[in-house]
Amino acid sequence: MELFGDYTLRVVALGSGVLGAAAGALGSFAYLRRQSLVGDALSHAALPGIALVFLLTGSKAPLPIMLGAALAGWTATLAVRLVVRRSRVPYDSALGMALAVFFGFGLVLLTAIQKRPDAAQAGLESFLFGQAASLLREDVVVMSLLGAACLVALAVLWKEFKLLSFDSEFGSSLGRPMRRLDGLFTLLLVVAVVIGLRTVGVVLMSAMVVAPAAAARQLTNRLATMVGLAAGIGAFSGVTGAVLSSVVPRLPTGPTIVLVLSTVVVLSLVAAPRRGLLWRWIRLGRLQPAAALDPVLMHLYALSQQHPGEPDHGHPLAVLRTMSPAGADLDRALADLEQRGLVHTVGDTLWAPTPIGRREAEKILDDSDEVSP
Amino acid sequence: MSAEFEILAIAVVTAVAAALPGTYLVLRRTAMVSDAISHAILPGIVVAFFLTHDLNSPLLLLAAAATGVLTVVLIEALVRSRLVPEDASIGLVFPALFSIGVILISRGASGVHLDTDAVLLGELAFAPFHRLTVAGVDLGPAALWSMGAILAVNAVLILLAWKELKLATVDAGLAALLGFHPLVIHYGLMSMVSVTAVGAFDAVGSILVVALMIAPPATAYLLAERLGSMIGLAVAIAAAGAALGWAAALALDVSIAGSIATACGLVFAVAFLTAPERGLLAQVRRRSGQRLDFAVRLLLVHLLHHEGTPEAAEECRESGLHRHLGWRESWTRRVVAKARQRALVDRRGGLVLPTDAGRHLGDHAVIGFSD
Repeated sequence: MELFGDYTLRVVALGSGVLGAAAGALGSFAYLRRQSLVGDALSHAALPGIALVFLLTGSKAPLPIMLGAALAGWTATLAVRLVVRRSRVPYDSALGMALAVFFGFGLVLLTAIQKRPDAAQAGLESFLFGQAASLLREDVVVMSLLGAACLVALAVLWKEFKLLSFDSEFGSSLGRPMRRLDGLFTLLLVVAVVIGLRTVGVVLMSAMVVAPAAAARQLTNRLATMVGLAAGIGAFSGVTGAVLSSVVPRLPTGPTIVLVLSTVVVLSLVAAPRRGLLWRWIRLGRLQPAAALDPVLMHLYALSQQHPGEPDHGHPLAVLRTMSPAGADLDRALADLEQRGLVHTVGDTLWAPTPIGRREAEKILDDSDEVSP
Repeated sequence: MSAEFEILAIAVVTAVAAALPGTYLVLRRTAMVSDAISHAILPGIVVAFFLTHDLNSPLLLLAAAATGVLTVVLIEALVRSRLVPEDASIGLVFPALFSIGVILISRGASGVHLDTDAVLLGELAFAPFHRLTVAGVDLGPAALWSMGAILAVNAVLILLAWKELKLATVDAGLAALLGFHPLVIHYGLMSMVSVTAVGAFDAVGSILVVALMIAPPATAYLLAERLGSMIGLAVAIAAAGAALGWAAALALDVSIAGSIATACGLVFAVAFLTAPERGLLAQVRRRSGQRLDFAVRLLLVHLLHHEGTPEAAEECRESGLHRHLGWRESWTRRVVAKARQRALVDRRGGLVLPTDAGRHLGDHAVIGFSD
């Protein structure tokens, strides 16, 4: 472990790991709320805040600069919310406009700074494009504290954020302050984004919010697991990217972290159990013939649910025929199902699912793919 | 033409060229694709540069435009897999491509002038230095010619495919049903966005491309009712925003691209506040008018309820109305004044009494708000 003896690397890897965990966990909620691109907008919109703080104080201390960045990002999201609520401009247009206009204003301020005789503005670019190698111990301490604060807030308000992500209208009807919760969630996301600007830069920050969540989503249908996995994937990619970029010469940290993340996303898209492309391909191949039988089995199962406690309550072919599309070969389908032991006849003309058939039907119904709280 | 006015001309032409496809992006709710494309073209430029070793090669623009289309193809593939929602697909694709570009630059092009900052930020002030010369004759800045050509192509394509674009934007399902191939139209539009973004980025930077593609059409969307007038307004607003930003940048000696983006944002803000029908101020005014109108009806209901009863002398006395209705005194005065102005009530002997018109309105107010 010669590698981790390196002071700079330890600092950078720790910072990237903290960033990945915080952005991954919060990004999961943004992902589920279809707000994945908020991270992109926030990070661009932070620029005028950074420039203003520097213009007013002349200092590059991490905390005031982060505060300025957070305030500017927060203002941008408020503007987006106001525009979407009070006009017919769609959400994505409002977001893109806030991103570009705030960033443009930041550029104006930056060029104004550059004209000042004491222009010690070098280093401001590192907020733009990320310069993980320039991270100092103090930066990482601040980053870790802020990241931990985000995760603690997430844990404390877990139930509320869950409600916000899954059924915010229901939350409002319960009298919960959903608008304020939405604002608070955005604030946490702002903090996570601001932590990341120094490490990966403006453009790549959006990947830190989206990618861990997208990868985790393929692997689970449960929120808690998804958030945990996303935080883990984010932290892992942060550390791996930092280590890789220090081992391989001329490999910038931010883009390396993003490419590690993208690799994890591609892997999980392809190989995720039950959901991935590979899985889908195999299952489609294997179940193709059975798929034609499934509707008949599902109809029989649905009918048998009408008679709880009478597992052998049969139904005539005529009922099944009204439930099926015209011209469906029901006799063959039923014969196949009977041969596989999924249905049996009751009396001479009635059909009912066997216990195995019922279990099979329940399994098919279970295969639904929604995220559950 | 002096350098300043050449810059203005480039800015206006670029703004108009971007506003044309931008209108459709805003209407189709795919505005963020412009952001994705303008970032993701970086690796295309880098690879083409490695092949040609010439920053001014037209191959660079071609490769960049191809990468822009590739970005859209990748986003579409992710969305179609139904594994990732659309917004997340955008957020996955362009950072990955951008990262590849940055890594390619730092691994292969050290010592060569190819900055990420230059791609992202652009510097309009330098645009007049690249000149188009044919047979030794200076024909003006190259960017003006390239953006002018892109503007012409965009305008011609939109005019030619006007009906198809319109239908596919308003009702993609119906367009497919009628055999208009919405997918072909989608990719055609996205190619237009890519080419425009690529043409604009080295003159004005990718962030300004995003501002120019979204802000003027979004502003026009607040003001226009028809697609034709929306495009016309978007073009006018884009040109005005570019000129405004250019003038401000000259006066303050700051980044022209940033200043134009800011100006476009300010123009949107003004329209958002003061648009005649949909503006924030119009909404507030309408709402307070409705509130007053409702209060007048409530007052009439109260007066009618007590009219002719022994309590009327107390319940309909003007000085005591606010207590019976539970309103603030000043608000009550305003409501009574409004009702008198509309000749719905009369004042007699300290009492407020409904007129015939008021009686009619009050009767209907109880049943429904049919006016």
